[in-house]
Amino acid sequence: MPTEDKKRIVHQVLVTRVLEGDGRAPRAERRAAFDNAGLVEPLRTLIDKVAKQPTRVANEDVAKVEASGLSEDQIFELVICAAIGQATRQYETALEALALAMTGKKGSEHASKDSH
Amino acid sequence: MRLKILTSGYGFGTKVLFAFIHAVSRQPVPDAAKLVFYRPEFYGAPMKEFTHEAMRGPSAWSVGDRELMAAVISKMNACAFCIGAHTATAARAYHDEAKVSAVLADLETAPIEEPLRATLRLLGKLTREHAVTTDDMRAVLAAGVSCEQIEDALAVSFAFNTTDRLADAFGFFVPGPKAFEAGAKFLLRRGYR
Repeated sequence: MPTEDKKRIVHQVLVTRVLEGDGRAPRAERRAAFDNAGLVEPLRTLIDKVAKQPTRVANEDVAKVEASGLSEDQIFELVICAAIGQATRQYETALEALALAMTGKKGSEHASKDSH
Repeated sequence: MRLKILTSGYGFGTKVLFAFIHAVSRQPVPDAAKLVFYRPEFYGAPMKEFTHEAMRGPSAWSVGDRELMAAVISKMNACAFCIGAHTATAARAYHDEAKVSAVLADLETAPIEEPLRATLRLLGKLTREHAVTTDDMRAVLAAGVSCEQIEDALAVSFAFNTTDRLADAFGFFVPGPKAFEAGAKFLLRRGYR
């Protein structure tokens, strides 16, 4: 595995920015949207759709969250956290699988060299 | 767009920039651009840096290959805006519209090399199922794809699994072919920064 992949560094900067940086939504709520866990209705439905079925997000889902007292800026931030959270889970799961496959490959290369 | 702030919540400087883009491209400013220009310090600036690095930074994959990956991921997500944008950009980068159409119609029979096919298959599965296995990775490595190339492809996947979600959640307007052509020219000339 290359030790210096700029993209992974910039990814971490992005994740840290949206979760820990200044924002209009509380950090705990941004983290919950990122994790798609621990939210209450109607925000739960909107965030779950962003993570799992984004084409099914409807005007009504956003309107209900606004009616519950969140501002457009807070919704903007929480939807972004939800999208980045789901894509990050995919990215990290795949990078782990790649690291394991590369470890196994090196192991089998050693094994085949040892057998010669 | 579903949030009014993404239509009208911009400062004077950004409005001037949008007017300039409109005048030069003779097309409305795409909603993808409006998103990254709204409070850019929160999301737009770091996301543009990531996407530019993934799509235009150093890689053994060509720009056309990476735009094709973006189109395939967006098709798996059924994201109309991003399918249109990246189908047009991949076709223009390759100078080969038929190749891009063939991949989007049927990856298994499309006239592309096996390493790219194996990689697109992996990205399709990751997008559809949100996970891939070590065996999936071994299959791509066995097709002749390097570890670095897989990492580069996974970065494209992160960028478009994020952007596709935002396009549909915020309700991006899906323009016609002329606007996608203008967008493709811009993305090939300037990238994502």
